[in-house]
Amino acid sequence: MPMKIGNENFSERVGKGINNSFMRGAVAGAQDSIGARRLHAVEELGNWEEWRSHGEEIRQHVLEHLDYYLEQLSDNIANRGGNVYFASTPEEANDYIRGVIKKKSAKKVVKSKSMVTEEINLNSSLEGIGCEVIETDLGEYILQIDDHDPPSHIVAPALHKNKEQVRDVFTEKLGYKKSSDPTELAWHAREMLRQDYLTADVGITGCNFAVAETGSFALVTNEGNADLVTSLPKTQITVMGMERIVPSFAELEVLVSMLTRSAVGQKLPSYVTVLTGPREAQDVDGPEEFHLVIVDNGRSKILGTEFQSVLQCIRCAACVNACPVYRHVGGHSYGSIYSGPIGAVLSPLLGGYDDYKELPYASTLCGACTEVCPVKIPLHELLHKHRQVIVEKEGRAPVSEKLLMKAFGLGAASPTLYKWGSKLAPSAMNPFTTDDKISKGPGPLKAWTDVRDFPAPNKERFRDWYKNREKGESKS
Amino acid sequence: MTGTIQNRESFLNNIARQLGRDRLKEPLQKPEWKYNPQDKVLADATEDDLVEVLKSHCEKINTTFISTTKADLTVALNEAVKNYGGGPVVTWKDERFTQWGLKDLFNNEWSKQGLEYHEWDYTSGDDNIRHAEQANVGITISEVTLAESATVVLFSSKDRGRTVSFLPKTYIALVPKSSIVPRMTQAAKKMRAMHQDGQKIPACVNFISGPSNSADIELQLVVGVHGPFKATYILIEDL
Repeated sequence: MPMKIGNENFSERVGKGINNSFMRGAVAGAQDSIGARRLHAVEELGNWEEWRSHGEEIRQHVLEHLDYYLEQLSDNIANRGGNVYFASTPEEANDYIRGVIKKKSAKKVVKSKSMVTEEINLNSSLEGIGCEVIETDLGEYILQIDDHDPPSHIVAPALHKNKEQVRDVFTEKLGYKKSSDPTELAWHAREMLRQDYLTADVGITGCNFAVAETGSFALVTNEGNADLVTSLPKTQITVMGMERIVPSFAELEVLVSMLTRSAVGQKLPSYVTVLTGPREAQDVDGPEEFHLVIVDNGRSKILGTEFQSVLQCIRCAACVNACPVYRHVGGHSYGSIYSGPIGAVLSPLLGGYDDYKELPYASTLCGACTEVCPVKIPLHELLHKHRQVIVEKEGRAPVSEKLLMKAFGLGAASPTLYKWGSKLAPSAMNPFTTDDKISKGPGPLKAWTDVRDFPAPNKERFRDWYKNREKGESKS
Repeated sequence: MTGTIQNRESFLNNIARQLGRDRLKEPLQKPEWKYNPQDKVLADATEDDLVEVLKSHCEKINTTFISTTKADLTVALNEAVKNYGGGPVVTWKDERFTQWGLKDLFNNEWSKQGLEYHEWDYTSGDDNIRHAEQANVGITISEVTLAESATVVLFSSKDRGRTVSFLPKTYIALVPKSSIVPRMTQAAKKMRAMHQDGQKIPACVNFISGPSNSADIELQLVVGVHGPFKATYILIEDL
């Protein structure tokens, strides 16, 4: 699927999210358990702030010298017999990859999890030329066989599904006959996919980090699927976002450690695989032919702007797991494969404000995202910058905010009106108020009160309370 | 054979333009980083301390840890294979197995026990993969072992197939004590030094920490997804 998911508007998506009680429970549970594991994993280091500063200096240095490191990377890959294609657009990337597939007369592709291939809608591009494309990461596999249900989390894409739903999908699509026990389900997927690895013509992967100095790149998984994808098919194609690069192994290991601690609280995952070029002449496994596709797709437009730091991202999703808004609305509400705070910053930059102008407002600017980011991206400040751009340059704040601001501007501009308005508020809200809480609010309050109660305006205004207190009359 | 590079110049020129400067052409020295927190991890640990760290982390990643000596390795390995239900077994072709006295176990003892054994042999091509796929146990050797994360590091070659550690149902890594280092930092340094010495980095370097697993369904841990269901490390104390 492309970066954009679904055609519903923002409030329809959010409406669906907040009414999905399993999803909300699952997201809250996931945030709590992954959050606790992350905290333990970073605290046991004793100097996490120093790690974050190092992560930040590495990523900033790379972005400032990106052309140099990409040149070095591509030279070193070519020296090892690999092919490199620089793709400015999704179309260029897909055309090149389709070309490789056609040349190989490939019919079956196995894939390990990759956000950038989702971003360029690679699967449907390959299916369009009659190629079978099989996702092998368990979460992605579940979503794929469930008629391409979109991912709701960068690291745990099927988080919104419960095990009974997964069982039902397996029963319907795979003729599965066992229970909803996750182990039985996962082992069934293992059996199905084993044959696919062995018979696939091409393996496609993403890239966690490329290493400029040696022309290598690293893949990080717990399942081991990326290892089979890169060991068994004769042709391998790796697709990377152009910013996912480090100078040498020295920086690679730092960022891999920070990625896995931040993503799931692991010191290292089960498998970190560092690949350099195609197989050696007499090797039996590993690809005979290797292609690296380096994708821009709007990233270069972010360079040199006030949003450049978002390209420091290493896709750990720690910000997603810390976000109170994501917790309530879930991943699908963002309408993008990139959800949570990083999605709210990145999606408008890559996909434009037309589709994503609401996302920077899907934040309380509490800064929890910024605090957990391993590479110190000032996420909540970037969300605030987006709002400034939307209002000042694009002149298109969301309608509800415009009305509110207009009303507030009008009311606040005149002391009389302000007095009148704030005096009126308690009675205006009376029909909606029970026990000092508003549970079915009108207008802009509705979205809030659909989910929770809003405190009713005080019957006594602060100004009145203060005045009365001065007079010694207040009982409050 | 040198590979192809396409579309590079316009792509990189555009990046330089966005960054507001010309393309960088002079060799770039990596900066002296202000922070190096990775060097401090387990910096003062002795070799025995590192073994303890490794051992205790094995428990956390569902990995069996066995400690033995070179003299007892044959017995320990045979026992570990039996615990996993016996053969078929697949191993790399590696001189070290001979040096460590394992050849008799592989070539004679196991056939007496009726246990099927395959040694990786590049001359027989894809047949190796069929053996690995059918195998119950895969056995390989750790080049560098990371105490902090209980990770074994494997270097691929024509005699050291990648899939030996992935396709069989269970996995055993032999770990010379001298291969243990604090963490990934030291492995990265070693790999960088290989490159700077003009040696080729192996086409595949695997950092493996325990059996394969997933938490993609309701975040419940499932051990054994696409790779092995179980893993054992056998530490050889006097190597």
